[in-house]
Amino acid sequence: MSNFFDKSDLTRKDVDEIVSETLKNCDDGEIYFENSKSESILLDDNKIKSSNYNSDLGFGFRAISNDVVAYSHSNEISKDALKNSAENLKSTLKSIKGTYNHEIPKTNNKFYDDINPIEQKTLDAKLEVLNKVNNYLRKKDSTVKQVTASFSGEQKSIEIIRSGGEALTDVRPLIRFNVSVMLEKNGRKETGVYGIGGRQSYDDYLKNDNWKNVCEEALRIASVNLDSKPAPAGEMKVVLGPGWPAILIHEAIGHGLEGDFNRKKTSAFHDLMGQKVASEGVTIVDDGTIDKRRGSLTIDDEGTPTERTVLIENGILKNFMQDRLNARLMNTRSTGSGRRENYKHIVLPRMRNTMMLSGNQTQDEMIKSVDRGIFAVSFGGGQVDITSGKFVFNCTEAYEINNGKIGSPIKGATLIGDGPSILKEVSMVGNDMMMDPGIGTCGKAGQGVPVGVAQPSILIDKMTVGGTKL
Amino acid sequence: MIKDQEYLKSKASYCLDLAKKLGATDASVTVGNSISETVSFRNKVLDESNRSDSLAISIETYIDKKKSSISSSNLLADNLKTLIEKCFETTKITPEDEFNSLPDKELLAKNIKDLNLYDQSHLENDKKIDYLKELEETASIDKKIINTESGFTENKSNFILANSDGFCNGYKSSSFTASCVTVAKNENSMERDYEFTSKCHLSDISNPLELGKVAAEQTIKKLSPKKIGSDKISIIFDKRISKGFLSSFAGAISASSIARGTSFLKDKVNQQIFSNSVNITDKPDLIKGMGSKCFDSEGVKTETLNLVNSGILNNYLIDTYNGKKLNLKSNGRSGGSTNLYFENGKVSYDDLLKSHSKILYVTETIGHGTNLVTGDYSVGATGFLIEDGEFKYPVNEITIAGNFNEMFKNITLANDLEFKYSVNSPTMMIDGMTVAGK
Repeated sequence: MSNFFDKSDLTRKDVDEIVSETLKNCDDGEIYFENSKSESILLDDNKIKSSNYNSDLGFGFRAISNDVVAYSHSNEISKDALKNSAENLKSTLKSIKGTYNHEIPKTNNKFYDDINPIEQKTLDAKLEVLNKVNNYLRKKDSTVKQVTASFSGEQKSIEIIRSGGEALTDVRPLIRFNVSVMLEKNGRKETGVYGIGGRQSYDDYLKNDNWKNVCEEALRIASVNLDSKPAPAGEMKVVLGPGWPAILIHEAIGHGLEGDFNRKKTSAFHDLMGQKVASEGVTIVDDGTIDKRRGSLTIDDEGTPTERTVLIENGILKNFMQDRLNARLMNTRSTGSGRRENYKHIVLPRMRNTMMLSGNQTQDEMIKSVDRGIFAVSFGGGQVDITSGKFVFNCTEAYEINNGKIGSPIKGATLIGDGPSILKEVSMVGNDMMMDPGIGTCGKAGQGVPVGVAQPSILIDKMTVGGTKL
Repeated sequence: MIKDQEYLKSKASYCLDLAKKLGATDASVTVGNSISETVSFRNKVLDESNRSDSLAISIETYIDKKKSSISSSNLLADNLKTLIEKCFETTKITPEDEFNSLPDKELLAKNIKDLNLYDQSHLENDKKIDYLKELEETASIDKKIINTESGFTENKSNFILANSDGFCNGYKSSSFTASCVTVAKNENSMERDYEFTSKCHLSDISNPLELGKVAAEQTIKKLSPKKIGSDKISIIFDKRISKGFLSSFAGAISASSIARGTSFLKDKVNQQIFSNSVNITDKPDLIKGMGSKCFDSEGVKTETLNLVNSGILNNYLIDTYNGKKLNLKSNGRSGGSTNLYFENGKVSYDDLLKSHSKILYVTETIGHGTNLVTGDYSVGATGFLIEDGEFKYPVNEITIAGNFNEMFKNITLANDLEFKYSVNSPTMMIDGMTVAGK
């Protein structure tokens, strides 16, 4: 555990006093201390291109009166810096008369260990794995023209101090191992990317030479793309594979179910609570409690324990994801979804691990039922316009389906759909739910946070595929 | 108050001295401080205030051809000492890379021009609130506007870049940014659009009434969109979108993509890559320019580059490391382009709209469908259908796709360039792309 005050003129008592005094007429607020240590080591173009270590320390002080948020952050941890921040908050919230809500749920659960993954593997050992990856891939296939492999690791310690002196702490490890390979054959170049990660040590992910599987997968995707044909353009049936393609769920409906957009009525879902928004058989949850997953948190960044929140149950909209501010203003409770990238940012309601649960059908049945369409297995990223509900995602591995059979691979194309209606187009839900490999980062309002997704194979009856072939 | 040059210099030289003392053969340090204050409004009332005071230091140490780096926000001498020791230890066990080095001494910037990038004016939060009140009043006049969100940010920064070859320079810069996002609703749809202004000097930003009015008009125009059929039709890209092609172009000609062989523009210098009416310039010394730089992130002097002349690629964007790899000298573009722009074309905006009987006019794209290895491009799009030079109706839930190799050769530029961002383009038309819709 980090001691945030040992090198400063601050004592814990000073902090309690300043926080309690500043927040006395506020509805909510806290001070959030954060100490993060992170590293990134990159092999590229046959060389160790960079080895970087970062240590970041700072605090963010938040005061909330009704629906107005005042925030001030600094990386000087001192009595002066804290007092300056307090003054800044008071000057924004001029005439406040709120009642501080001291209530915050507690938990004894922990979804990861207090480890520092950076210290658990020596630099030499990390360099050795990266060099093995490079040699393995280049030896394996003569069309390999470029290999990039990287480790990134982090330990983030946080302490939240609320008015009255209540303190909540968490230590969060996170790692990611990534391989990207570029092939060149007959003048054509294609890349394949694959990665793994989560809230454990590097070696938990790399045991039994698992780095080889990551290499194979990146290589396989790149090879498939070398033979890809132009993608079709227009509306057609789409079969999505299990796992990572669930970023469709994340973009299409996940963001639209975050509390802030619904309180502000700018989400296409804000007036659909209790209504049918998806086909029968579709159940979607957002779960922060899955052991050691990238999107899991013991407590969120306001100190609320995370939970498994049912968003859509058998097609019916049940819950939004809430932080404390939006929950209070919408007369509900926080779902432990209040997150921030770091102390420089305000808390927003965010996703954790967003999952569509399994149904009864098989992927085979789905493919067989399609006359003309595409089968999408892997994706790059996605994006959504919350207000219009339109969302996109980019295929990085996809195939044509003709007369119930998988055909040639097709070039990367963007798929576009309408969030509030897409889940009504889901006509089959597979029995093969799978988690993603632990690599997702979600961006919102300039803040990136680690997230997870999961889904079984699904058949969507109608989506627009953005290829070039008419 | 932001930290002054003396404070930043003292931190930088402390680090350089310590690195040298430990045995580093070379070192370079960047120290920066930025303070920004934002006030946000929603539906005509205060929503949020945010004050940010950020210090950052990054240090690179070299032992001959070995290199490693660290960064931190904690500038206490104790912490810096620990980090530099750690950095030095890491450098020792990092493998050599023959291309690692500080920039060539003769390329380092010597005369630092005053580009007028810093305005010391301070707008009190109450004044920011007044600006946003006016802005939102104007934005919400029309009943179809159901939500307005706006913000005003004032940012002041200062930095020092120093290396063990004696380079030690830095300067202050400022920016003032106001933005407005509006949501409009009618019986058919709910749509969002925005407008913003960002300048180095407070007196240059747009008037709040204008900003609110434009945001609201643009949003209302998007109501009741239709989906169009899949087709190959000419596409006009609004200025806020056409500049994106320049950013992709800059990524594809960065020496790092070229050296790694992962760019569709590798080995294309002296070849025709755009239609012959296209000229692209990167000008670092634009007075008050949003992308202006006196030197790049390694201290190398920056000069104007004519990257594309009559459609022919002249140059890459080169930094020291990748330059050495390619056997080319750095042209001061470590950290990327500066003020990058397409020069004006010959056609007026109105004539461009009338150039075909049916045109798709794109105002927004979503998704990350740009592949710089192959040049393939496929993104979601929103815009309007234009028939015979007139805006007919809004369009959404479509995608547009093509390949940069062909798209770049089919570009026609209008003559309406303005310098609003660090990357700027006139309105642009591209023929021969595929629209996927119904």
